[in-house]
This record gives sequence, structure tokens and C-alpha cells, in this order.
Amino acid sequence: MNESLAITRFLNEAGETSHFIARFFRQWFKPRFELSEFTRQCFVIGYKSLPLVGLTAFIMGLVLTMQLRPSMIDYGVESQLPAIVGIAIVREIGPVITALIFAGKIGSSIGAELGSMKVTEQIDAMEVSGTNPFKYLVVTRVLAATLMLPVLVLLGDAISLYGSYLGVNIRGNTSFVFFWKQVLDNLSFSDVLPAFIKSFFFGFAVGIIGCYKGYNSSKGTEGVGRSANSAVVISSVLVFILDLIAVQVTDLLNLY
Amino acid sequence: MTLIYDINKQQAVVNKNTDDTTETVLSIRHLYKSFKENHVLVDFNLDVSKGETVVVLGKSGSGKSVLIKCIIGLLQPDKGDIELFGKSITGINETELDKIRAKTGFLFQSNALYDSMTVRQNLEFPLRRHWIKVSQQQVNDMVMESLEDVGLAHTVNMMPAELSGGMRKRIALARTLILKPEIILYDEPTTGLDPITGKEIIGLMMEIQQKYNTTSIIISHDMNCVRTAGNRIVILVDGMCYACGNFEQLLKNTDPKVKQFFEGI
Ligand SMILES: Nc1ncnc2c1ncn2[C@@H]1O[C@H](COP(=O)(O)OP(=O)(O)OP(=O)(O)O)[C@@H](O)[C@H]1O
Ligand SMILES: [Mg+2]
Repeated sequence: MNESLAITRFLNEAGETSHFIARFFRQWFKPRFELSEFTRQCFVIGYKSLPLVGLTAFIMGLVLTMQLRPSMIDYGVESQLPAIVGIAIVREIGPVITALIFAGKIGSSIGAELGSMKVTEQIDAMEVSGTNPFKYLVVTRVLAATLMLPVLVLLGDAISLYGSYLGVNIRGNTSFVFFWKQVLDNLSFSDVLPAFIKSFFFGFAVGIIGCYKGYNSSKGTEGVGRSANSAVVISSVLVFILDLIAVQVTDLLNLY
Repeated sequence: MTLIYDINKQQAVVNKNTDDTTETVLSIRHLYKSFKENHVLVDFNLDVSKGETVVVLGKSGSGKSVLIKCIIGLLQPDKGDIELFGKSITGINETELDKIRAKTGFLFQSNALYDSMTVRQNLEFPLRRHWIKVSQQQVNDMVMESLEDVGLAHTVNMMPAELSGGMRKRIALARTLILKPEIILYDEPTTGLDPITGKEIIGLMMEIQQKYNTTSIIISHDMNCVRTAGNRIVILVDGMCYACGNFEQLLKNTDPKVKQFFEGI
């Protein structure tokens, strides 16, 4: 009984989310694109998450390198350390960690912002002021999140690799140029491209879930908190699910 | 304070305004609205003519906010027709609706100030968004004029969170007025304010009514507001326009459902 209720609720939610996504695409292509609000959101979304993304990326690169070193020495392939770390970061760790940080930072803030605008009737106020709130609030934020996450991922990858370079040099002695040469020699276009493409999807997922949760927030301050919270939880899980799908797709297409 | 003035004198002027004009600005016909099993509005009818001030009275949860949200098209009625400035707003396209909305002011029950924007940006928002062609200089002038109307010119660079409840209400009123609407819908303009600030707000509303000869629909529980501001009072019970008339007429009404609103007066 309880399970069937949970399943019904899940299906309902999934249905409504798809509805919301369809509405997003319909509204996106309607004329009068909100350009200034879109650029503002790009700045806010990208800039706000940059320090956090940079910090976590740096630590991940450094720690990963230090953790891998003993095993690499055991197998006698210590010199391959930059190559291995490079592949791990670019293919998987960079996009996923960045997307998770992004979900925590941006997903929650979009959810809370739109949620409180909803419950205090600010969204209604926009509508009576000659503004289509869906275009003005949702379309701009979702597009900004979709475009900004890949940029953050690229930056995060670079910072991560710098962290890794420092990690290599704690015990060894590798020149900066040699380190980068080793990383780039072992990376091919087919490593970078799928990772780059999937980060667009991660960004879209974070943006659309944050907006969906905020826009459909229930009345009261409790509802706002709940939207922010579930925006983070659902978009984080979605990042992993999309990652799973992405690896299957690249595998099928024989991209690796 | 410039806001305190002789309310009785104002009343006489307001009444005179309505006598010599008959143009209908708003007409609601057989309006039905329900949320699932909750039948909020059931066959509601109302006509409002130009310059008139209609007060809608009703218990909490009787559907007053739903009614005015239907008028401005924030909620879609299930059945019935609403005509604003002679145009039906049900099933109208977005562009046409925005044109009508540019001539309509709406004061939200919760003020609905944009809390990520300064007072100035809040006031500029409707001006810019209705795509009215005005220069930056004109925008500034209109913002200041509107703020001076409500006596809060000094708050122009503040954030809504820094203002008191009464000030926020007045800023919301200034934002409603900035487009010089021909009809203004007020949702409980004095609720949650102390009686003195409440009186000031009513005074302000009537000053504006007189200055621009606007039509107003006021939702209120505040008997002071009902008595001083309304030419005509509509009592909303069970989703219908249950009784209608001026203050004195309704005060004499013996129907218990009407009487309960006027107890203790
Ligand atoms: N969006 C909505 N979804 C579902 N039910 C709603 C919605 N809006 C209003 N209602 C219901 O409609 C009824 C009337 O609500 P409304 O807000 O119009 O009351 P009101 O007369 O304005 O009350 P108050 O004086 O407290 O503001 C209530 O029972 C409310 O539960
Ligand atoms: Mg209400």
C-alpha cells in the first residue's frame, strides 16, 4: 500500500517535471528573449560558484595524486602518474564533482529564490507588470546554468590538474612543462568531448530542477525550505543518473 | 504629514464624481471559480462604472482575493465572463492582456515587492516591462513623483527589507500608481497596519482617486476603510454577491449574514 503510494507520487512528480521541461522549450522559442536578465544570471551563476568550484577542484587534484602515488610505485609506473590523474579528472571527476558543487550552490539558491518569490506573490506581480515570469525567471536561469557549468568544468579541470602538479612535486621533481606534456599527450579529443557534452546536461538538470521546485513551491516559509532542499537532492541524484547514461552512450558509440 | 486631511470633504467629492458618469469600466457576468471540490465563486456578478469606488466585504477565505485575481487574469475562471475596458479578458492573447494590464493597477495583499531590487528598481520595473517608450530622465521623474505621492521620496535607494510594514505598503502603492492606472484593485490595503497608518493609507488612496479620477475596487475588513472610501459596498457570501448598497443602506439591513459584518458599529 505504502509502496504503491510512493510509486504513484514518483510518477506524478516525473510527469509534472516533464511538463515543466516541455513548457521551458516552448517558452524559450517564443519571441522577446530576456537578454539582459540572461547575461546577469550568467554572471551571477558562474561567478558565485567559481571560488567553491576552484577550491574543491584543487583539493581533488592534489589528494587524488597523493593517494594514487603508492600504488603506482608498487606497479612500477610512477612516471605515468600525470597521465592517469589527467584522464580521471577530465573524464569523470572534474565534471561530476563540479556538477555536485554546482547543484549544492546554485540548485539551492534558485530553488529558494523562486520559492520565496512564489509565496510572496512576486511572480504574480511580475505577471501583472507585463512580464512573462516563466521567460524572465525560468528560461534565463536554466539557460545560464546550462551554459555556465561546462565553463566551470573546464576551469575546474585546469585547477585540478594544477593541484595534481603540486601533488606530483611533493615527493618527486617534475617540471611544469613536462607535467602538462604528459597529461595532454595521454588525453585525446574523445576524452574531452563526451565530458564536455555531459556537463551541459548536468547544468540543465540543476537549472531545471531548481526552477521547477521553486516555481511550484507550496505556500509558507516551510515550503521554500523544502523546495531548496529537494532541488539539491534531486539534481545531485540526477547528475549521477545522467553520468551513468553518458557512459553507456559513449560506450555504445565506441568513443573511447 | 501631508496625508492627514479632511476625510468627510473627500467623501463628498468622490460621490459627486460617480453621479455624472455612467461608463462601465468593469463588468463581471456569471463568474464561477472552484479549486477541486472547493467552490469559491458561484455565479458572481458585478458592474463598476468609471470613477466609482466599490468595496468588497467578505469573511476570510470567502474568495475575495480569488475574485480580483480573476479580474486581472492571474487566475482563469471556470465559467463566466469578465470585461475590462469593454474587452473580455477570458481567452484573450498575451499581448492584448498586457495592454489591459498596463491600464490596471493591482495592490497585492502581501505587497509583493521584489526583495532583490531596490525601491527605485521596484518602481521602474512596471515602467520598463510594459515596453513604454520613455527616456531615462522621464523614468526618474516618474519614480520620484510616485514616491512623493506616498511621501517616501527618501527611501528611493533602500531595499524593501529595510522598510517597515507600513512603508512597504506605501511603496507597493507607489509601484501600483506609477503607470497612472485607470482602475486599481486593492487587496486588503490596511490589514496588519496600526489604525493611524491605516487611516493614512486610506487617505492616500482617496487622494489618488480624486487626483486621477481612477476607478477602484477595494477589498477590506477594515470598517473605517469601508465607511470612508466606498461609494458602494458588495458583500461576498457563499461565492455570490449577497448584498449590495451604500454604507447606510447595509447598516439598516436586517439579514443576519449582512448584519454580522456591521456588529459593534
Ligand atoms: N491557488 C489556489 N489553489 C487552491 N485553492 C485556493 C487557491 N487560492 C485560493 N484558494 C482557496 O480559495 C478560497 C478563497 O481564498 P481567498 O484567498 O480568495 O480568500 P480571501 O477572501 O482573500 O481571504 P483573506 O481575507 O484571508 O485574504 C480559500 O478556501 C482558499 O483555500
Ligand atoms: Mg485575500
